[in-house]
Amino acid sequence: MTSISNTNRRLNSKVMNRFDLTKRLVSKLSDEAVIGGIGNTNFDLWSTGQRRENFYMLGSMGLAVPIGLGVALAQPTRRAIALEGDGSLLMQLGSLATVAHLAPKNLCIIVMDNGIYQITGSQQTATSLGADIVDIARGAGLSQSIWAGDEADFDAIIDRALTSDGPWLIAARIDGQPGVAQTERDPSQIRDRFMRGMNAKQSSALSG
Amino acid sequence: MTVHADVVQDTWHGAVIRALKYHQVDLVTYVPDNVLRPLIDGVHADSYFTAFSATREEEAVGIVAGAWMAGRRGVVLMQTSGFGTLANVLASLPVPYQIPVLMFISERGTLGEFNIGQAFVCRTMRPILQSIGIEYHECTRQDEFPFILDRAFVQAFATQAPTAFILSPLLTGGKDFMKASSI
Repeated sequence: MTSISNTNRRLNSKVMNRFDLTKRLVSKLSDEAVIGGIGNTNFDLWSTGQRRENFYMLGSMGLAVPIGLGVALAQPTRRAIALEGDGSLLMQLGSLATVAHLAPKNLCIIVMDNGIYQITGSQQTATSLGADIVDIARGAGLSQSIWAGDEADFDAIIDRALTSDGPWLIAARIDGQPGVAQTERDPSQIRDRFMRGMNAKQSSALSG
Repeated sequence: MTVHADVVQDTWHGAVIRALKYHQVDLVTYVPDNVLRPLIDGVHADSYFTAFSATREEEAVGIVAGAWMAGRRGVVLMQTSGFGTLANVLASLPVPYQIPVLMFISERGTLGEFNIGQAFVCRTMRPILQSIGIEYHECTRQDEFPFILDRAFVQAFATQAPTAFILSPLLTGGKDFMKASSI
């Protein structure tokens, strides 16, 4: 197992690219559920290819972690990954304490932190004003919370999170590049496809 | 077995627990309320349920929505003021995605309320439910409560519709101002 530094901080972590990191993540996946938080986080997830195991949020800002927690509680043998932005996570910090309390071994939270509310005009979020997502998560009780120092570090941490017990919180600093393409805005289709990806529907799908 | 037969049929919370089990709803999330206490205590005491508090009602809705999409049925317990925080997530998650989030709302703000904030937020509850098209059931009588629960659970899951149960003080006894020592 590649050793992973626990000493990275937001300030000394490399500024990476969300689409690149999302591609790196998806390339490692098999049957894991991925919940894409509202905005560019799920636009880039969408742009990596529409896996049936991906759920794309079109609203309910801040709920990627709770939705991922619900999936993890429903299917303890499947890993669930909540992909969230810093602005979104800041809206629902209490969910980190809930995750810590329940401690699902199959949940991994990945935070793409660009320090801005990018989609509304790039206003600063609290993470560019001193708040540190990893410190907050550790304070909530998530001891396996870590900054990805660079791309190689991100790869190594993801490998570990996909093969060992969670819950995990992995934070990555990213640049201000907008999402590559926008998610198709069809909620019932998104939900139906995700449920089939979760084997939560009995009937056969019309298509893969 | 029928959903109506049990030794605890004389309590509203017993009826809820019976209906949850009958319809295989085993994930219970809540933000606490004093009126809900016997129900919360009941699900914690019963190993059938996974019961825990969320830090906000929005969070609980997200958890139950995620669980249902992955094949597990859940419910959210809250009080009126908690429901008042939910308009955006209901309008952007369970309603458009057609996810049957079940909500039990202990009704504060009426029939003897002593907290003016509760009295005002109570007036927002039904207009919010009506305007986003969520069916809700006024639960006021013990004799019809099991029937409401049974049929509404069936319909919620069959039609993939979020559904609210407003637990009136007429059913639960509510919160007695004369006995209350705090809000």
